[in-house]
Amino acid sequence: MYQYTLKRMLLMIPTLLGAGILVFILMRLIPGDICVLRMAGGSGYVDPKAIANCHAELGLDRSPVMQFLDFIWGFARFDFGNSMWTGRPIVEEISLRFELSLQIAIMATLTAILLAIPLGTISAVKQNTWIDYLVRGFSIAGIAMPSFWLGILIILGLLITTKSVFGTPWMPPIKYVPIWVDPLYNLSMTIFPALATGYRYSAVATRMTRSALLEVLREDYVRTARAKGLVQQVIIRRHALKNALLPVVTIIGIEFAFLMGGLVVTEQVFNLNGLGKLFVASVSNHDYAMTQALVMLVVAIFIFTNFVVDIVYAWLDPRIRYK
Amino acid sequence: MTVAADVRTEIELPDRSETANWWSRVRQFVRRNPLGAAGAIVIIVMFIMAALADFIAPYNPVANAFDRLHQPPSLENWFGTDQFGRDVFSRIVYGARTALLVGFVSSFIGASIGLVLGVGSAYFGGRTDLIFQRILDVFMAFPLIIMALAVISIFGTGAQNVIIAITIPFIPRCARVVRSSALAIREMPYIDAARANGFSHSRIILRHMVPNVMAPFLIMITAFVGQAILLEASLSYLGLGVQEPTPAWGLMLQGGAEEYAESAPWIAIFPGIAISLAVFGFSLFGDAVRDELDPKLRSQ
Repeated sequence: MYQYTLKRMLLMIPTLLGAGILVFILMRLIPGDICVLRMAGGSGYVDPKAIANCHAELGLDRSPVMQFLDFIWGFARFDFGNSMWTGRPIVEEISLRFELSLQIAIMATLTAILLAIPLGTISAVKQNTWIDYLVRGFSIAGIAMPSFWLGILIILGLLITTKSVFGTPWMPPIKYVPIWVDPLYNLSMTIFPALATGYRYSAVATRMTRSALLEVLREDYVRTARAKGLVQQVIIRRHALKNALLPVVTIIGIEFAFLMGGLVVTEQVFNLNGLGKLFVASVSNHDYAMTQALVMLVVAIFIFTNFVVDIVYAWLDPRIRYK
Repeated sequence: MTVAADVRTEIELPDRSETANWWSRVRQFVRRNPLGAAGAIVIIVMFIMAALADFIAPYNPVANAFDRLHQPPSLENWFGTDQFGRDVFSRIVYGARTALLVGFVSSFIGASIGLVLGVGSAYFGGRTDLIFQRILDVFMAFPLIIMALAVISIFGTGAQNVIIAITIPFIPRCARVVRSSALAIREMPYIDAARANGFSHSRIILRHMVPNVMAPFLIMITAFVGQAILLEASLSYLGLGVQEPTPAWGLMLQGGAEEYAESAPWIAIFPGIAISLAVFGFSLFGDAVRDELDPKLRSQ
């Protein structure tokens, strides 16, 4: 187990390094210059001397290899430097928005779990009945509906209902306040984006719960439990679900990792100032330092979640370790 | 004479039985997989819409009509008009072209490159496999929207670049699935035989291994088309995809749809239904294809 963990940990390094190389090259392939953009808004004449000064200040006059080594060395020490666009420390800029994105991601995950496990269980137990078809239809609809469209519909629904009930249309607030400062205000802002993403997310997990449970229900030990005369409910809760939830936990973990980088569209719909928005802004501003830090953060979360999932899996199922 | 008649019946018979066979197979498929059949119907309707858009759409999808802004659905404009007075129904009909083009081209190219990489990686094994897998890991972990954002920023917007942006994330996903099937095939005696015959690597990969991993490949393609349509819509919605005035469903949800959500909800509702139905159809059909091709996964 120790050896396996170590090996999996070492395998994280090349992936992180690869992602670093990829984002470094991609950013520099995008035509445009942050200094020109900063001084002239992308158009108009700018003094070449001022540009050269700006390049020197940002360290862009060095060779690409030096810039890359600097970036990786900084990452290794968790020192990301300053944003090239605002000049403020990157850690500060990210942590400002990370809270909001993390909260929505966690709430969406909770929504997904609360929907997926009961629905998936019912669907598997009542396989090929109308309940099963209904649940499967509901979950495929979740995959099919773009979350941004669901977001638009939610906003539309809110506008129409609040207008007819209170007379004035109400929209979720857009300025972030932490949940411990004003829980009601915070929830009124975050619950809708969390529902919109959570529904979609639950669809994948529901399908997984259903198929895993179907497989487990055909196992010999479930038949034994049935032969012992146990009630269906006990069989499912105590015997089947426990084993079926392993792949479900995996998929929830992996989806969570995707969510951290994938909130871009939802944030756009609800006009939230989260990581996704920062991502889009920093790419279009040619803020190399910020984009690199953000990509490394998202990739690191993704790799780390995968790592934890793998380790938990190997711990629960010893066959994996010896493959 | 008699001989000729005999010959004719002999030629005609298999032909007739083949059509009958085809029909009974379709009927069997519908009975076995009603959801998949429903998906297939949605896909067929989409294809008809795309192919016959010129005849189905009552209006020019890009013609502005400033005297008819924000018209609610009526007999003249079934789905109403948008903020430029364009007929929403016509734009949805033409939008099927964009969706199908981007969906099919990107999933086919992405899955095909993934197929070759996956089989190659499994065939060569050892260090090559290890390096390939690490590179694919990087692409898997890389945030999808950022990749798309970078591709669009480098090459510019437009359908062709959207296809590139969507193709890239599909490659590692397909490669990984195909590789695991190919690993088992590599150990088959016929691959040893091909090697003993002195065939080149490319011949063994393309002629002996690739045809045997067609099932996961086809499963991946059908699964990708729906995802590609969804991705295209998301990118267009973010303003990174197809550009105005090209009719595309995601684009129709951008700008006007949110701004006028309250006064003209039809602008937002119908394109969303179109996207959802299309992805719904491809998902159902993809599940059915998976069930048909991979009996192990049936009824999951």
